[in-house]
Amino acid sequence: MSIHLSPRNRRLLAYSIPVLAVFAALLFGAIMLVLLGANPFEGYAEMFVGAFGSGDALIATILKATPLLFVGVGIVIAFRANVINIGAEGQMVLGGLFATMTALYMPEMHPIIMIPLVLLAGVVGGALWGWIPGMLKAYYRVNEILSTIMLNIVAVQLMAYLLRGPLIDPAEIERGTRIPQTARLAASADLPILFGDRLHIGPVLAVLCAIGAYYLLWRTPLGFRLRAVGLSEHAARYAGIPVRRTIALALTMSGAMAGLAGAVLVFGSESHRMVTDGSTMGFTGGAGFNGIVAALLGGLHPLWTIPASFLFGGLIVGGQALQRAVQVPSALIVALNGLVVVFVVAADRYRVRLLAVDEYEAPEVDAGDHETAAMGAARDTAPPGTDSYGQDEFDDGGER
Amino acid sequence: MNEVFTTAVMVAVVASAIRLAVPLLLASLGETFGQRSGVLNLGVDGIMLLGAFTGYYTVLKSGNVWAGLLAGAIVGLVLGLASAVIAVTLQAEQGISGIGIYLFGLGMSDLLFQKLVGTPIPIDTFPAVHIPLLADIPYIGEMFFQHSLVIYLAFAAIPVATFVINRTTFGMKIRAVGEYPDAADTLGVSVSGVRYATEIIGGTLAGIAGAVLAITLGIFQQNLTNGAGFIAIALVYFGAWRPTGIMLGALLFGFVNALVLELKTLEIIPRDLSNLAAMAPAIITILALVFVARRFRAPSALTKPFTRGK
Repeated sequence: MSIHLSPRNRRLLAYSIPVLAVFAALLFGAIMLVLLGANPFEGYAEMFVGAFGSGDALIATILKATPLLFVGVGIVIAFRANVINIGAEGQMVLGGLFATMTALYMPEMHPIIMIPLVLLAGVVGGALWGWIPGMLKAYYRVNEILSTIMLNIVAVQLMAYLLRGPLIDPAEIERGTRIPQTARLAASADLPILFGDRLHIGPVLAVLCAIGAYYLLWRTPLGFRLRAVGLSEHAARYAGIPVRRTIALALTMSGAMAGLAGAVLVFGSESHRMVTDGSTMGFTGGAGFNGIVAALLGGLHPLWTIPASFLFGGLIVGGQALQRAVQVPSALIVALNGLVVVFVVAADRYRVRLLAVDEYEAPEVDAGDHETAAMGAARDTAPPGTDSYGQDEFDDGGER
Repeated sequence: MNEVFTTAVMVAVVASAIRLAVPLLLASLGETFGQRSGVLNLGVDGIMLLGAFTGYYTVLKSGNVWAGLLAGAIVGLVLGLASAVIAVTLQAEQGISGIGIYLFGLGMSDLLFQKLVGTPIPIDTFPAVHIPLLADIPYIGEMFFQHSLVIYLAFAAIPVATFVINRTTFGMKIRAVGEYPDAADTLGVSVSGVRYATEIIGGTLAGIAGAVLAITLGIFQQNLTNGAGFIAIALVYFGAWRPTGIMLGALLFGFVNALVLELKTLEIIPRDLSNLAAMAPAIITILALVFVARRFRAPSALTKPFTRGK
């Protein structure tokens, strides 16, 4: 680091790096738009208006941000324990399926019972799909990146099988159309609408989850154990923390959050059904992957993930507006999405490095800083000596 | 009558298993080089898709299947280089950046297809090469010796890869960098240089794998690979980072896929259960991962970026 910055400026720069990365990706996207024969200025203006330009746009953005926030909070929890959860896509699907089956097979009950019940079913489904790779990693040393990718494949086939067969809307069979979707689910399980005709309580739940995760990670013994394992497995083991159980639990909790996202997607949808197009992304909208980006944008802090998800939701909603306005195939959005992931992840190391230098060089300045709890906690992202949270991924666990 | 029918089916299944195994095999061999040097490239599927589209489009325009193969290789090389910049120079978290590369390839290949082609037009496929004498052996000939040249070449690549990794200076450097980069660095081996080289090899082979897939099928469509790139990555673990093991894994997957396809065509598997059958490869992979993780160890530095002096 040859450029000298005050700790405060350095921290400011560190937090703006992911946002700068998004802009860099959009710049790259502008080149693509030019090659496609579209005007990038017009396109990006449409994108901004489409995401934030009106009340309707804002509601669409908030709704798009909701699953990102749920998933992102789960990603933060897993990341803090040094676990990468690439399986949120499949966990969302399982959450959606469990919640859907609960609504289909349970007798009609009062919404006060029904809504928590279906959401809980979503949590259980996602937790199960997170527990499997968690347990495989902790006790059988199976790399979680691979196992979660495989479980995503299993989940999408399971969804296609159930929605084409056992769970299909009987009306679809009668009509012979056989669209793979359920019947309209019990009205008593519809998520209550807060405002207008679309904005349901999902976003509020997601924000509460983010606050809860913050509390969990920094105010409870369990959170301490999760972070201790993430910082150093060896030290945590030496301190008597059950490392394996904590790792399995981190993935289970991460999956639970994704499962909740899946349940909210089903019961907050306008059709109030579960539908599949034969891919995970058709159901999740890619939130299982984009939630990771939202978490990174938020500096792997649950509270900062709230505005980060909002911004990223805007990016997706705006992207769709852009695509309609300049009339390019919607595949452009997927490609742009990939670029955003690459740029944000590639820039992340620099954010971490800036924060790490901060800790080394000027600890005394921090003490006098009037920082918010969130900022103070977020600094923990990179304590000295651990500027890479991917380490010990393949620890062969000889000492366990 | 029934017996002859079964034999014919089995011959067809084995022949098709070998064809289906080849794209997996090529992509997996490429990924092995990267992983042995400590880099996990999760973007293989995206590179395969772009290689597949480029190969398809080149054949469509030129009518030359070998030009298509070359075009796929070049696109793979460029994307391998990009992956190296992201993983080695920028030191991105490999488990996530690869997903970005995958999404980019998934979207970009579809976008280009819709813009440049639109409706699927079939293209020429690789001509079959009948190996003299051997191809005439009943059953055996049809199973093993009536394939296209790329298929023979892909299998010939296995001993070559084993030789390069185990018996050459370059292979020694790859293994050193993947196991103990600090030591390799001290001895004057360029950790970044070796990892760039393996990522470029991996990208090129993934691009070729995609082109082979498209030109063997004679068609391109959205998400043509259907996750084959991810299976290819899993095969590297399955084969415990050894080319021969990877070949066995690729053949097993090719066989399972060919069998499921054949049983579906013959309507032995009812349509309703085809989704459950499609889970088989993923479940086999997870079980295999458990087994491999017990007996073999991944390269120590896998997914860990290298910074001198740490």
